[in-house]
Amino acid sequence: MTHSTHSRAADVASGFSRTSRVLLPLLIAASAAVWAQQPAPPPPAQQPSSVELRLTGDPGTPPRMAVPDLLALTPDRETQEAAKIISEVLWDDLNFEREFALIPRDTYKSIPAAGSIDAVPFDRWRELGADGVIIGTAQKTATGIRVELRLYNVRARQSAYGREYTGSAANPRIYAHTMADELHDSQRSLRGVARTKLTFISDRNREAVLATVEKRDVKEVFIADYDGASQRRITINRTMNLTPSWSPDGRSIAYTSYRSGGADILISNIFAGTMESPAKGIGQNYLPVFSPDGTRIAFTSNRDGNNEIYVVNRDGSNISRLTNNPAIDVTPTWSPTGTQIAFTSERRGQPQIFVVNIDGTGLRQITFESYADRPTWSPPPYNEIAFAARTGPGFDIKILGIASGETRQITFGEGSNESPAWAPNGRHLAFMSTRAGRSQVFTVDRDGRNLRQITRDGNNTTPNWSQ
Amino acid sequence: MVVALLLTVVVGACAKKQLPVARPMPPPAVTNAANVPPPAPPPPPSPVAEPVPVPPMPVEDTIGSKSLDDLNRDSPLRPLFFDLDSSDVSTEGQQVLQANAAVLRKYPAWQVTIEGHCDERGTAEYNLALGERRALAARTYLVSLGIPADKVKTVSYGKEFPFDAGQDDGAWSKNRRAHFVITAK
Repeated sequence: MTHSTHSRAADVASGFSRTSRVLLPLLIAASAAVWAQQPAPPPPAQQPSSVELRLTGDPGTPPRMAVPDLLALTPDRETQEAAKIISEVLWDDLNFEREFALIPRDTYKSIPAAGSIDAVPFDRWRELGADGVIIGTAQKTATGIRVELRLYNVRARQSAYGREYTGSAANPRIYAHTMADELHDSQRSLRGVARTKLTFISDRNREAVLATVEKRDVKEVFIADYDGASQRRITINRTMNLTPSWSPDGRSIAYTSYRSGGADILISNIFAGTMESPAKGIGQNYLPVFSPDGTRIAFTSNRDGNNEIYVVNRDGSNISRLTNNPAIDVTPTWSPTGTQIAFTSERRGQPQIFVVNIDGTGLRQITFESYADRPTWSPPPYNEIAFAARTGPGFDIKILGIASGETRQITFGEGSNESPAWAPNGRHLAFMSTRAGRSQVFTVDRDGRNLRQITRDGNNTTPNWSQ
Repeated sequence: MVVALLLTVVVGACAKKQLPVARPMPPPAVTNAANVPPPAPPPPPSPVAEPVPVPPMPVEDTIGSKSLDDLNRDSPLRPLFFDLDSSDVSTEGQQVLQANAAVLRKYPAWQVTIEGHCDERGTAEYNLALGERRALAARTYLVSLGIPADKVKTVSYGKEFPFDAGQDDGAWSKNRRAHFVITAK
């Protein structure tokens, strides 16, 4: 049986794409299915290949890429729709990282689809100016769908990369996301984010908070694909939840919840359907973030009378306090190696970002803004901290290079822009902005380009990006 | 049941007994600094004379007989408001808290939660801490007025539940508040 299943968690985690290698000229049978409830065993190890075929563009420009509709080999409507969705999503995914120059899809509607290399009209693709074209087929199977995708080098008239996936037809987008991540890996040595997910808070359900006579809408934890597709509610506790944060394995979300009246930290294991309470409800506990290895949580607590930064093991053991100051200390973030914590403190007047070693030593102030909050430390290879800085009536996202000491701004006063969160490859940020009227989640590249609105329904805040 | 009734009667009698006595308000704090708690109010004066039988109160105690939801909808406990980025209890805020303390002394069985709220001009994250500061500042002052600490809980909602959704000074000043919720009676 070629049909094995991958849970969303496995999709979120990077294991799948990192173990696959290009094999030429054979298609590799891989499999992917969506929304399965059980975690899957890792895919069988693939034989590494010595063959590397990389697309190149004209000197100094990214390769120009076309992604026409897949050819549906079976006439059923589900397969026809999947063929279209996969090509559209793959186009978007490849466009997102800006490693390829994607040729608009409506410019090649007239080029006939191809089911095999013999049928690929290379002259037409060359005429269009494409360096690469992704030709694929979709076919209904007894259990779901089989998708073949192949990247052709138009100049060499050769297959450069090919994959075959079989699995559920319920969400064809996952085939495109998987192919995009593998293409970025094999062609550009880049860890793509097409299979990553966002989590955020939304009040879109308009349910009234329990136990209050004031009119208040519940705020619950949601997740979505990185591009905003498949938005789903994760918590149902009819109260306020805030600041969700993914575990590194993508199987859990820690967040601030008012489920028990006061603020406490909950961890929802979203596939197991279980919950943990590592701060144990002692005092008010806010703003949890998982350590890079997933074993610990940094958070803010007033358990000793004033808001300070604490680190605790995920199981609630071995709590340690990093700050000891009568001022407010809040909003921790981990360095990529887990040896330092950046956080917000108003110990010198207005809120500013500070860095401290995990043992509490080596405290230093790193921002000198009028007001700075929500530091978020980038993953390698960038050594940067993004934060929200007050720039006028509202906030803008700024990025501080830790080695260079230089700060750059990537939003410029369009609404208020807060709560930045890095994508796992450090090339993008999710953040909250009021630029569209209400509070919505957006993504943007680290240079301020490629702004995309992720949410539209209700108010959506405090995003976080899975690993 | 009988004990509870007796207790109610006793408590009621005490309350009535003290009613006619003019209670001095605690002095407003001279300084506005947030971290300096105001001086504790003087102890209530001892009765100067043997209590005489007091006739039943002419009006019913409408507050005490309301349901929790009704109480909170039209609360006898008023909110107090704060300056931008500040958790200092202002002179006006102290007067509000003194009035709230008088109500709480009248209904010693009440449990209240003070919610700290902020306007939208701070960040969502930092405002969680600022809102908590505001709630704690109000609670500290109440406790200094003699309200038992275990009767007053605090919680911060940051800027998540604004009282006024407007985006001007008027709305913002209403949103920087400590809001009282009666949770048990």
